[in-house]
Amino acid sequence: MSSSSLNRLSKAATSLLSVNIGTLILLAIWWIAAALELIDRVLLPTPAETFVSLWNALISGDILQDFGLTLYRSLYAFMIALVIGVPIGIILGSSEKIYQSFEFLIDFFRSTPATAMFPLFLIVFGIGDFAKVAVAAFAGALIIFFNTAYGVMNARKTRIMAAKVMGVPRWRVFRDVIFFESLPQTFIGLRTSISLTLVVIIVAEMFVGSTNGMGQRIIDAQQVFDMPQMYASIIATGVMGYGLNQIFLITENKFVHWKGR
Amino acid sequence: MKKPQEASISITGLAKRFEKSPLYQNFSLEIPGGQITCIFGPNGCGKSTLLNMIAGLIPLDSGQVRFGGRALKDIKIGYVFQNYRDALFPWLRAIDNIKYPLSSTGVSSRQCRLRAEELIHQFDVGFDLNRYPYELSGGQQQLVSIMRSLATKPKILFLDEPFSALDYESTLSIRDKLQDVFISTGVTIVMVSHDLEEAVYLADNIVLLTKRPTQIAEVITFNAGRPRTPNILSDPEFVRLKAYSLDVFRREANRS
Repeated sequence: MSSSSLNRLSKAATSLLSVNIGTLILLAIWWIAAALELIDRVLLPTPAETFVSLWNALISGDILQDFGLTLYRSLYAFMIALVIGVPIGIILGSSEKIYQSFEFLIDFFRSTPATAMFPLFLIVFGIGDFAKVAVAAFAGALIIFFNTAYGVMNARKTRIMAAKVMGVPRWRVFRDVIFFESLPQTFIGLRTSISLTLVVIIVAEMFVGSTNGMGQRIIDAQQVFDMPQMYASIIATGVMGYGLNQIFLITENKFVHWKGR
Repeated sequence: MKKPQEASISITGLAKRFEKSPLYQNFSLEIPGGQITCIFGPNGCGKSTLLNMIAGLIPLDSGQVRFGGRALKDIKIGYVFQNYRDALFPWLRAIDNIKYPLSSTGVSSRQCRLRAEELIHQFDVGFDLNRYPYELSGGQQQLVSIMRSLATKPKILFLDEPFSALDYESTLSIRDKLQDVFISTGVTIVMVSHDLEEAVYLADNIVLLTKRPTQIAEVITFNAGRPRTPNILSDPEFVRLKAYSLDVFRREANRS
C-alpha cells in the first residue's frame, strides 16, 4: 500500500472516530452505569448482554422475520402514500384557489394524530394487516401531499416566466419546470413520510392485535421482562429507521443535486 | 440581416395601475428595430414593469403593443432576467439550458446541437458548458442566460438590468460580447439599465422616464459607430450626452 493511500485510510478512520465520538461516550456511560449497577439490573442490562441478545436473535433468525415484516408494512404504506400523495399534491398545489378551499381540511387532518384513526380503520378494513398499513399510509400521504403542494406553490416565478417567455407550451412548463421546482420540497415530504409510516406501523404492531413485527417483539420482551431482548429489538428498529432515512438522503442528493445551491 | 422595421416596437395608449395608483397612463413609445434602446429612470418608475409588459410577462390594463405591426405571439423574442440564479434551470446542465428553448418546442437534437455550437463560437465561450449552472460563476451564468435567450434567433432581445448582480470585470466582458452579437445579428435590443454610463455606452437610443405616473422625459440618440470601445468614454460627444442625460434624470428624480 502506498503511503498516500495509507494516509487517506488513517484520515478516514480519524474522521469516522470523530463523527462517532458521541456514540462511544453514550456506550461508555451505559456500560459504566450498568456495571456499577447505578440503575436496577433488571431495567438496564449491560451493552454486552444486549448485543449478545441481538446476536442470538440474528443467528436464530427470528428477529429477521419480524424485521422483514415491519419493513415490508412500512414500505407498503409508504408506497401507497407516495402514489396518492404526490399526484394530489401536484393538482392542489397548481391552483392556489383549489388549495385554499381545502386548506382547513388539510390543516385539520395534519393536526389530528393518525393513531387516533386506528379504531375507524379497524372497522373499515378489518383487524388484519391491511388496517395497520392503511393508517400508516394515511398519515404518510398527508405529509407527502402537503409538502408536494407547497413545493409546487412555491416554484420560483422567474423560472416559470423564463419558460413562458420562450413560448413553451403550458403542459411542458408544468413538466419541465414546476415539477422539478417542487422536487426538493417533495423529497422532504418523502423522507418525513417514511419515518412516520414506520412510527405508525410500530405502534400498530404493539397495540392493534398483531402477532409479529418489531413492535410486537418489543412489547413481548417487555411483558416477560427480557430486557436485553427489548433493548436489542429497539436498537434493531432504530437501525431500520436510520437506514431508511439514509437511503432517502442519498437518493435525494442524487436526484435533487441542485438543492440549496 | 433582418429588416429593422419588422422588429420595431410601437406602444400606444398603455395604461397600468398598481393597487390604486396609476403607474402608466396613456403612455406611448416607439422603439426602432435593429437598434439598441436603453430604458433609464428614477427608482420605482416601473422600468422593469414596462419591459415585462412589452414582453408579455405582465398584462396591460389597456393600450396595445405591436411589433412591426404584428402581435407578440407572431414574433420570436428572447428575455434575460436580472437574477440569473433564479432564471436558469439548475437541474439542467448549462449546455441543456441553452438548448432548452429549442428542444422544448420540438426542434431535433441535431439542430439544437448545431445552434448551441454556433452560439458557443459566437460568444467565444472558454468554460465547460457541461457543468450545472450552480457550478459556474455569476458572470458565466449570465452569459449562459444570454445564450439561452438567443437560441431561437429572436427578432427582439429584452434584458432587465442584466449586469446589476455582476462584478465589474464580468460586466465589461459580457457587455462587449452583447455588442458583438448585436453587430453580427442586428437583433433589436431593449435593455433596462441602472447605470447611466452603461446605457449611453451601449445604446443608440436612451429612453429617460419620469417619476410616477410615468411618462417619457426625453429620448436621447447617440449615433457613435460600433464597435464602441472604452475609448469612447472620453469622447466629447459621449461625455456631453452622459452629462445631459444625468441632468434630465436629476431634474425628474427631484421633481415632487
